Amino acid sequence: MTQFAIDTPATAEPEAKPARVVRARPRRRHSLSSLRVQSALLLLALLAVWEFGTRYFQVPKHLLPPVSDICVALWNGLYTSPLAKDGYWYHGAITLAEIFLGFAVGSGVGLTIGILVSQLPRLEALVAPYVAALQSVPKVALAPIVVVWLGFGISSKVVIISMLTFFPVLVTSIAGFKAVDADRIDLLRSLSATRWQIFRFTKFPSALPYIFAGLNMAAAFSVVGAVVGEFVGAQAGLGVLILQTEAQADTAGSFAVMVVLSVIGIALTSALRRVQQRVLHWMPADSSQRTVNA
Amino acid sequence: MSAVLESPKAATPAGRPDYIRVAGLSKRFGEDASGVLALDRIECSIAQGSFVTIVGPSGCGKSTLLRILAGLLDYEEGEVFLDGQPIRGTRRDVGMVFQSSILLPWRSILDNVMLPAQVLGLDLKKARDRAMQLLHMVRLEGFEHKLPSQLSGGMQQRASIARALLHDPKILLMDEPFGALDAMTRERMNLELQRIWMESGKTVVLITHSIPEAVFLGDQVFVMSPRPGTLEQVIRIDLPRPRGMQAMSDAGFASATAAIREHFSHAASFD
Repeated sequence: MTQFAIDTPATAEPEAKPARVVRARPRRRHSLSSLRVQSALLLLALLAVWEFGTRYFQVPKHLLPPVSDICVALWNGLYTSPLAKDGYWYHGAITLAEIFLGFAVGSGVGLTIGILVSQLPRLEALVAPYVAALQSVPKVALAPIVVVWLGFGISSKVVIISMLTFFPVLVTSIAGFKAVDADRIDLLRSLSATRWQIFRFTKFPSALPYIFAGLNMAAAFSVVGAVVGEFVGAQAGLGVLILQTEAQADTAGSFAVMVVLSVIGIALTSALRRVQQRVLHWMPADSSQRTVNA
Repeated sequence: MSAVLESPKAATPAGRPDYIRVAGLSKRFGEDASGVLALDRIECSIAQGSFVTIVGPSGCGKSTLLRILAGLLDYEEGEVFLDGQPIRGTRRDVGMVFQSSILLPWRSILDNVMLPAQVLGLDLKKARDRAMQLLHMVRLEGFEHKLPSQLSGGMQQRASIARALLHDPKILLMDEPFGALDAMTRERMNLELQRIWMESGKTVVLITHSIPEAVFLGDQVFVMSPRPGTLEQVIRIDLPRPRGMQAMSDAGFASATAAIREHFSHAASFD
């Protein structure tokens, strides 16, 4: 979303100010920094409208609290001991643990099965119909059942996140292993390469852009999975905190927790993007981005 | 440099005349009745250390023949011998150059040239030295640590030739290696390939669409025709080596290209 907000004015800006004539390079640099400022101003303006609108029209605080109330709630939540059971640190750590474990298990299993399927065409024929069928099952609907099976602890959340992250990684990795240039395999074969060497030297690296596309999706899903799992039944976690604040009609508190969740989500995707840029350093920046968005 | 280039090349092929022997080779794709006969009873021999070019229109089976020589493709009918041994499956002593360079984009040029050493389990330290010498030979010194995408098409193809030579194969099989290059680069690559071949003494089989290229490079030109793929004629090219661009204006060059064109004058599909 933020990406979109930055991109759109980038194309619109030169049209908006056609009269300004500056040399190409300084102009681009200038417009980029002024764009940042402009999008920050846009955010500030929206927040100001929110703040003064809610106060001016005296919107009930349990419906839509003013921004300043959310900031206060955020501050109160963050300004707690890491062990305090009503603070963000305690609940956030639990949610983060669920996200990391679920993401690791789900994408790890997805990638492993993807590799196996790519190496064993018969296995693919065997599992392909089930993958297609299960992929369209709304995994979120299984969350209550998983909680019944595994209880209110962290394990049920890990399983729910794993279910959500498993499929994108499996499907993209299968697609990636299939998309390998036949010439590259011929090259390796002409050198009498073993199957494992063909996999290691060309199939796996060729599939990496696809796999990263799957991992990016999985990262977004993992945050969703954690919150859904905690909504359904949990003792701790940021989802539980949202339920608690809602129960107390503390809408500002709920919004504050959502801000924390968003920060976690953004941090996850940008960390993943950094890893991706390092691993796929050989790809032109725009084409790696294109593959990811595809 | 001479360390890279074992067995210097004599002016005429000195090795066994039957180094590669193809006898009654037929290859059919698809089911028996409806299948396409890609190769029909091919008979030929290639002398050790010689440069053979194969020329023919699309669909004449020249790539099929090359893939069989490389062991990438099975065959059911006929015999193919390399150094007296029947070819079944890929071999370690064959180097291949494809139409595109097929450099792995995530590897540096040096690592790409080193690939055969990793696959074949050679001594990596020695292979690295050899790779550097080969890169020097194909005039890519200074580009070892670049990525393939940072090189021009001609440079990429030169790197792929260096890669094909890394494990010191006895035979170099080239499937339209310069087809994707512009005419100027192509001429330069022809001269360089001739030089590399003369310095290395390998047996080279090169497929091309270009009649002048076939005549310029080859000791022998195999002329093939399609549907079914047959070997029509073998033309000896006796122009002295090394051939320079002026060889193209030689009377022998003109008569050889004319003789090959004669073959294709009926086939309108030739490009």
